[in-house]
Amino acid sequence: MLKKLLITIVLIVQGLAVSAQDFEASVAQLPEGGYSDRAIIVHQIADSGDDRAAVVLELLLAGDLYFHKAERIVVRLSEIGDDDVAFDLLTDAEIGIVGRRDAKKIKVNNGLRREIRAVLGAMYLQNPDPDVRMEAAEAVYKSGDPDQISALDAAIVAETDDDVATAFREARAVAVLNSDLDVSEKLAAIVTLRERGGRDVPGVLAAFTDDPDLGAAATTAITEIEDIQKLWNLGQNIWYGLSLGSVLLLAAIGLAITFGVMGVINMAHGELVMLGAYTTFAVQEVIRNEFPQLFDYSLFIAAPLAFLVAGLVGVAIERGVVRFLYGRPLETLLATWGISLILQQTVRSIFGPNNREVGNPTFMSGAFELGGMTITYSRMWILLFSLVVFAGLLLLLKRTSMGLRMRAVTQNRKMAADMGINTGWVDAMTFGLGAGVAGLAGVALSQIGNVSPNLGQGYIVDSFMVVVFGGAGNLWGALAGAFSLGIANKFLEPFAGAVLAKIIVLIFIILFIQKRPRGLFALKGRAVEN
Amino acid sequence: MTNLRKLSLGLGLATSLLAGAAAAQEDTIKVGILHSLSGTLAISETTLKDVMLMLIEEQNARGGVLGRMLEPVVVDPASDWPLFAEKARELIEVHEVAAVFGNWTSVSRKSVLPVFEELNNILFYPVQYEGEESQRNVFYTGAAPNQQAIPAVDYLIAEEGIERWVLAGTDYVYPRTTNRILEAYLIGLGVAPEDIMINYTPFGHSDWQTIVSDIAAFGSTGKKTAVVSTINGDANIPFYKELGNQGISAEDIPVIAFSVGEEELAGLDTAPLVGHLAAWNYFMSVDTPENDAFIETWQTFIGDENRVTNDPMEAHYIGFSMWVKAVEAAGTTDTDAVIDALIGVAVPNLTGGLSSMGANHHITKPVLVGEIQDDGQFDIVWETDGLVLGDAWSDYLPDSAVLISDWRAPLSCGNFNVETGQCGGAGE
Repeated sequence: MLKKLLITIVLIVQGLAVSAQDFEASVAQLPEGGYSDRAIIVHQIADSGDDRAAVVLELLLAGDLYFHKAERIVVRLSEIGDDDVAFDLLTDAEIGIVGRRDAKKIKVNNGLRREIRAVLGAMYLQNPDPDVRMEAAEAVYKSGDPDQISALDAAIVAETDDDVATAFREARAVAVLNSDLDVSEKLAAIVTLRERGGRDVPGVLAAFTDDPDLGAAATTAITEIEDIQKLWNLGQNIWYGLSLGSVLLLAAIGLAITFGVMGVINMAHGELVMLGAYTTFAVQEVIRNEFPQLFDYSLFIAAPLAFLVAGLVGVAIERGVVRFLYGRPLETLLATWGISLILQQTVRSIFGPNNREVGNPTFMSGAFELGGMTITYSRMWILLFSLVVFAGLLLLLKRTSMGLRMRAVTQNRKMAADMGINTGWVDAMTFGLGAGVAGLAGVALSQIGNVSPNLGQGYIVDSFMVVVFGGAGNLWGALAGAFSLGIANKFLEPFAGAVLAKIIVLIFIILFIQKRPRGLFALKGRAVEN
Repeated sequence: MTNLRKLSLGLGLATSLLAGAAAAQEDTIKVGILHSLSGTLAISETTLKDVMLMLIEEQNARGGVLGRMLEPVVVDPASDWPLFAEKARELIEVHEVAAVFGNWTSVSRKSVLPVFEELNNILFYPVQYEGEESQRNVFYTGAAPNQQAIPAVDYLIAEEGIERWVLAGTDYVYPRTTNRILEAYLIGLGVAPEDIMINYTPFGHSDWQTIVSDIAAFGSTGKKTAVVSTINGDANIPFYKELGNQGISAEDIPVIAFSVGEEELAGLDTAPLVGHLAAWNYFMSVDTPENDAFIETWQTFIGDENRVTNDPMEAHYIGFSMWVKAVEAAGTTDTDAVIDALIGVAVPNLTGGLSSMGANHHITKPVLVGEIQDDGQFDIVWETDGLVLGDAWSDYLPDSAVLISDWRAPLSCGNFNVETGQCGGAGE
């Protein structure tokens, strides 16, 4: 131990003397050779101990380092205004504006990036920022480099944050397993990793199951972790199902009104969803150009607008076409299908055939861990949003006079008209409501999929499936239908694959409809008879 | 200037579509353009129609071919397979075009094959495809699997040390055949079957949660894992978004795609995709004077300096130059003479080399691997040393390994079986 320390000290002293030269020589070599040569140079730069090493590696990682063809040196490019300006990497002197052909990028690929991150991780173990230390621990954990054990030991002693200290210990455990330390140390490392658990630990331990000394411990740890993981997977599957269900619910809930309540087969429903998504795009475009600081609120602005846009188009469709075709389902189907094509081509002509960029606000990006489950924020907010929309609609239909009229007209049109309700107006409003809700769905769906003129086509079949399965005319049916189909789909998918799972679900619905033609929640009463 | 040019071009088109105009017909050579301008494929094919109009205009500015002007005839097969065959027939029978540039999907190509054979005309097909085909009337300027998939896998093994593979694709013929070839290739390299996971999804699949978490689980065994993606079109973005959301970066599990190019990335938020890979024979970021000039002409022609270029556009660029050169060499637009003259023709490609037409009607091209950048462009991280000739019949499938294609006399056969010595093996 003492000897090792002495050697280290000697190395450091020697290193100090030559490091500056080594460092500069290594940097100058960066443009040469392939990725594996560059990886060696990266280690040389890190080992030089030069103060500038971390900065250089960060720049290399970000892809900002170039080889200046005229000056024949490594430069850093930074964008000033519209120009790329080169700076000498070592002296930071400004060299001047470079054109596209004056400098050659020093390329990094994924393998090299991993390498740089691991090296940087080791350098950042004692960084003042706990978040940086956490990332450093993760990087060292992934690399499992036994050379970092002493650095990790030092870092653990100095660490004040408990979470980071745990991460350091876990990183150290992987490094110990890869080192030639004695068996007792390694057994302790396996215990540390077993406590960490999670998806990637069995992968680390799998390499040691055949080891005569460690095999038994590693195998038990793997089984234990995998058993826990299985339970979490069950939860994860339910979550995926709920999340798929919420998307289905959003897509179908507008249809539950137009088809379910009014009985209109609206093939243009998907296109109304698409209009909602394009409204979101338009709102974000204005915000990007005019008020970039408002970007995180874009969805709150887009939602009411999308409701209005889709709702107005819906009212126009009802007044212009559908009202002449009540009671003629085939003609309605064909006419609304025609409308869907017109809407698609109109959007294609205005916005172009390509996908449009709809960004995620910060609160919808990323994921968090819940035990062994990963829950993405976008899916979670969409689930909540779908429930809010559902509750809102339910309140509107059951608790307002507007809702009362809607129900009255759909249950008995003649009687409602005799009571003085303007049935034509109520029809238009009901259809508009269904269309507006489709627009709201578009806002949410723009967050997880593409925004293209074809967006609606992907959801139309699913929407009808949910409404028919859940029971036409009942919002609760749509809710139950969406979530049960979502969960069924997600439990089938791992065994049957995505294609077969979809087919099985469809066959199941066909059989189910044979048995219960009115779906899960059938409407009862006299209204059903006509 | 551009507007004026566009207007004149538009007028030219209008007159050509008005048919009749018999006087003009005698002194122009008609070139058919068979790309969907409406329907789901419009997103990719409209650009190819535009690039053909640009190439024809350029050629006319140079004095046409054989002293005659070229006249584009544009039809719209509307992303509808049977309509492709009808429109192809219309181009050849009604408009009497000398050659056709068109098609996108393999299904659409298969549907026009009998038409081109029956009416004896020439089709240039510019899209990467699954191979297993060589037809006398078709010239394949897109990549065959050995010009895209195989080198991509070689790159991942050599440079990223990949040992475990997820072959993920949309459920149709191109991914299925490509994955069959890749699986055979990987097993041939000694990869254990349990280290290969194959997954198919429907067109436009949007809920990737389960599959992405399966991929993550598959990739957590300690062996380095990569995804080879033949996922098509609109399904890609939700897939990459889900990868990003579940915290899987390109450094953990890189995805290499064969159907994601500049055009597909244009106008998208590419942040979740950065570092993932694509294999093509051309990238817009290729640093050659030819490519700079091509981009310049394209952006001027289309009147938008943000428009991107992509691989199938280069394929049309190469195909069109080859056709012009072959017609000039043959001295006629007669189909049989041009088909013979096309073999062996070499023209500059945009990556700084010379592409030539092989006897199997496939061309030679370099293979490039690029990493997606945050500006929607690709940074080229690897390329093959030389050019690779497209192989119509894969050497890694037992059925087609014995087949060769050579359209030169005396063999003149697209599927010659070297074991039986007969023309006419498996497939078409």
